Amino acid sequence: MTDLTKLTLAAARKGLADKAFSATELTGAYLSAIDAANPKLNAYVAITREKALEDAAVSDKRLANGGAGPLEGIPLGIKDLFGTQGVHTQAASHILDGFKPEYESTVTANLWRDGAVMLGKLNMDEFAMGSSNETSYYGPVVNPWRSNGSNAQLVPGGSSGGSAAAVSAWLCAAATATDTGGSIRQPAAFTGTVGIKPTYGRCSRWGVVAFASSLDQAGPIARTVEDAAIMLTSMSGFDAKDSTSVDLAVPDFAAAVERGVKGLTIGIPREYRMDGMPDEIEALWKQGIDWMVAEGATIKDISLPHTKYALPAYYIVAPAEASSNLARYDGVKYGLRVTGKDITDMYELTRAKGFGAEVRRRLMIGTYVLSAGYYDAYYVRAQKVRTLIKRDFELAFADGVDAILTPATPSAAFGVGDEDMSADPVKMYLNDIFTVTVNMAGLPGIAVPAGKDAAGLPLGLQLIGKPFDEETLFAAGRVIERSAAIDFSPAKWW
Amino acid sequence: MSVDAATVKRIGRLARIRVEENEVEKYQGEINAILGFVEQLDEVDVTGVEPMTSVTPMQLRRRDDVVTDGGYPEKVVANAPLTEDNFFMVPKVIE
Repeated sequence: MTDLTKLTLAAARKGLADKAFSATELTGAYLSAIDAANPKLNAYVAITREKALEDAAVSDKRLANGGAGPLEGIPLGIKDLFGTQGVHTQAASHILDGFKPEYESTVTANLWRDGAVMLGKLNMDEFAMGSSNETSYYGPVVNPWRSNGSNAQLVPGGSSGGSAAAVSAWLCAAATATDTGGSIRQPAAFTGTVGIKPTYGRCSRWGVVAFASSLDQAGPIARTVEDAAIMLTSMSGFDAKDSTSVDLAVPDFAAAVERGVKGLTIGIPREYRMDGMPDEIEALWKQGIDWMVAEGATIKDISLPHTKYALPAYYIVAPAEASSNLARYDGVKYGLRVTGKDITDMYELTRAKGFGAEVRRRLMIGTYVLSAGYYDAYYVRAQKVRTLIKRDFELAFADGVDAILTPATPSAAFGVGDEDMSADPVKMYLNDIFTVTVNMAGLPGIAVPAGKDAAGLPLGLQLIGKPFDEETLFAAGRVIERSAAIDFSPAKWW
Repeated sequence: MSVDAATVKRIGRLARIRVEENEVEKYQGEINAILGFVEQLDEVDVTGVEPMTSVTPMQLRRRDDVVTDGGYPEKVVANAPLTEDNFFMVPKVIE
């Protein structure tokens, strides 16, 4: 039999429907792959073996007797940020030690409703704060990709590094992820996988550990554009429990995948041509433009003049919202408690020990920019700049642009423990320079693998769409995937 | 703008994060690096621009003011480090 873990989600779904193999066999194959790989890749922080096999047995019954859902028997990995009832949910933080929620997040509940099987919880940057998966309490995830002829460990990107690594290394058919500033798209680009952050409001945030509520959105990471579309269809939908969830019908995203780009206008923003951008990224972008033209799209040079201010504005808005959201971790209601001489002492000691360095740094910044006398100078100003960033996009779309094509990241994956990045937090933040604008404006964005650098590492392109027009992103993303026609399978060393 | 050592300690108190004496300098350097980075926002003319409150043009929905959930205190406190009779237990705060 072929290796079941190598099948795309779409192919696995067909195999299950055709009774070529059972959900139990498929799940067993993934569990064996995880057992073999996880000590080296560290993608999973909890493996829910028994639950996975129970779920698979239920799926097999439904596949035999009718009533199978659209994801029936498909084994998935779930980012540790999603609340999963009775199962490890710690946002990869020490402060949530032992936390097992009494509830299920809406997004994961939607997946189980559709028949999916949970393999376990995936590693991530602590509270989704990071771009390399190195801030996790559980240690870094290792990228399944290595540079040609090198054994050096590379990061899978972050914060959804476990999700991206697990999908790339065939440790789940697809994974859930979340994106606050690029946390789906950057790791997808670093691992040769497809990741989409849908429009703000498309997926419910209910039951997902909050980082920056006005920016956070859930989305999938998958091996193909079609697989990502299938996943997003199940994850999306109106939820009365999230007051920012949008009451809009969910299209069958997979139906849009082969629609093509003929007649579409693709915008190319000149401000994304950054000083010092590597030639390889520039060439990849040019290649993407050529593919769009070859498939019948019109290219239009556009200007998004406030692009350079998105990242600094983000580093005010996101820490400010985080400092408010993470106030709940106080050693009283859940997780870690460090006792002190009085209650304030307990709070301070618990939070100093429970949060890692990056989270503490952002909470300090967020507290400062919200503090008396600084609120207008920092927070209100950043929210005004955010209005201008959104307006840039609105003007481009009003001028006839259907989607915008940009590089996904300024480089390929870098090394674990990269000295430049760890010495200077701002350098690490620059990873999100092409992705963060999309969160600031609440738009959908997809990262699709499009080429490789000189060392053989994957590089991605990003497409940015109009609000709630993920369908165009899947159609245009598929054009990139089909035109590149590259096998983005890492050479197995683990 | 930049922060001094006293401000770092004050932020730590506001954030309820213990900042030890030997950590002040490191925090100060990192916070000032980030404040230096965001300083470029001062170049932007924001005269007459409304601050963003919602990325989607929508009113926050309201629900009927009725009880729709609850009645399970044991679940609410299930993950607490210390409880008694379904109450959260904390160090004494009133003398």
